[in-house]
Amino acid sequence: MIPTRRNVLRLAMTGLAAGATSRAHADTVVQLPVPGGPSERAVTTAFPQKGAMILQRTRPPLLETPWEVFDRGVFTPNDQFYVRWHWAVIPQQVDAESYNLAVRGHVNTPLQLSLDDILAMPRVEMAAVNQCSGNSRGLFSPRVSGAQWTNGAMGNAKWTGVRLRDVLDRAGVKPGATAVRFNGLDEPVVPDGPDFTKSLDLDHARDGEVMIAFQMNGASLPLLNGFPIRLIVPGWYSTYWVKMLSDIEVLDAPDETYWMKTAYRIPDTPNANVHPGQTGFKTVPINRMNPRSFVTNLRDGAAAKPGTPLLVRGLAMGGDKGVKAVDVSTDAGASWQAAELGRDEGRYSFRQWQWTVPKPPPGDLRVMVRCTNTDGVAQPLDPAWNPGGFMRNVVEQISVKVA
Amino acid sequence: MPINLMTVAFGAVIVAGLTLAAIGHPGAPAPIPLKTADAPNASLAAKEAASRPPGAFAGGVLLANISVELPTTGRPYAGAGSDVMNANCTACHSAGMVLTQPLLSRATWSEEVNKMRDAYKAPVADADMAAIVDYLAAMHPGG
Repeated sequence: MIPTRRNVLRLAMTGLAAGATSRAHADTVVQLPVPGGPSERAVTTAFPQKGAMILQRTRPPLLETPWEVFDRGVFTPNDQFYVRWHWAVIPQQVDAESYNLAVRGHVNTPLQLSLDDILAMPRVEMAAVNQCSGNSRGLFSPRVSGAQWTNGAMGNAKWTGVRLRDVLDRAGVKPGATAVRFNGLDEPVVPDGPDFTKSLDLDHARDGEVMIAFQMNGASLPLLNGFPIRLIVPGWYSTYWVKMLSDIEVLDAPDETYWMKTAYRIPDTPNANVHPGQTGFKTVPINRMNPRSFVTNLRDGAAAKPGTPLLVRGLAMGGDKGVKAVDVSTDAGASWQAAELGRDEGRYSFRQWQWTVPKPPPGDLRVMVRCTNTDGVAQPLDPAWNPGGFMRNVVEQISVKVA
Repeated sequence: MPINLMTVAFGAVIVAGLTLAAIGHPGAPAPIPLKTADAPNASLAAKEAASRPPGAFAGGVLLANISVELPTTGRPYAGAGSDVMNANCTACHSAGMVLTQPLLSRATWSEEVNKMRDAYKAPVADADMAAIVDYLAAMHPGG
């Protein structure tokens, strides 16, 4: 082998056996369809409480859900739910008996709630999609820096917990409060690094939908998904769904800290779209999700027989609203047919859809799928672009070889 | 399992003693019926408490204490200039994040490295900044 840099890197990748015992072993690899690469990722089973996951980064962990998982139903299993952490100081032991959630700041009665206290409060349950702001960033063109996810930095779960409003009311929010900031147990590696905290406007925090969840899909959260409790912000990107929630601070002034003021900002334009290279646009904190839909039972390049009915199946989400319709096109968007929708698990949930191509003609069959949400917002045919690689929701398409 | 829990478990078995005697179980390790006509609720609750892993429990939901080990090392930086990468960059994140990035311009890499130092407070010496950008700008991801 000629010792080019590529080959040296390749050798380093294949020669991982030596050394650490806690390495994320590459059981196998997967090729992701990122334009221009690098496309190869390890598939790992080295992470606690997790099955096979696509390894984007070992520390702090970035683990993508393998695509085939999404064809198995609307709920994503806990052991293959994607994982994303910002800082590498993550507690590896959590003592649920002594765990405390502080509620403080602009409140009448600061609280220290135990998990027993939270478990004793009135419960709510909600199905909701948790999606990384940068899900599908690796598919951006032109490409942008950041975690190079394909479409698997998302998942849907039935969350069980308590209303954030009930917790805030227990502390008694004082007049003049404007926002609520959330912190978890993860910490910066460097002492002066910006601790990961996020905030919501007070009205949003008190809307009765934002939850503190202690279960997902009927079981405790895996540690890497935020055990023992995390914030659930239905319809909003996962950056707000603070994991290992330990501190709630009611603010009487706008949150000017790094993760709201500087990071996770999007252009203040329709669907966060700007031209590559454009500068000088106003930005706002990322917020509501947009509608998306995906084919899950067929991969790009799948084979089919001419004249034999071809079932196409997948998932859709309305973003911050429910799924109104999923439409499929096989003529490059000239005409659309309504897909059949599966059971409605709630407006914030994935919804399954299916459609049958009655008589696929020989040749290259391009299948496009488009979700329209209950606000009438439909996925665009042309991808939006922004420098953060956020909010991708272009109409997806796959090519089926009919022969 | 902690000794204090074993003690609690033993105590619970004693509380359930009447039930056990009535149905003739020989001793502590024997399986205890979940429901018997005679079992007082208090003893049932005690038995359930004793058999639970340690954690928070209320309203029928158990959040058991947890201890895991996270993998710490990913693949290292390799090749010419990798020393400065392994010395400066891996404290905060493993190399996978960098080695999966697309082809980016030197200017973009320079911005990224500045962000790591200025926003995320990576303790990178001024003398190493250029060498880090050199390494990153020379990568040929995806061929």
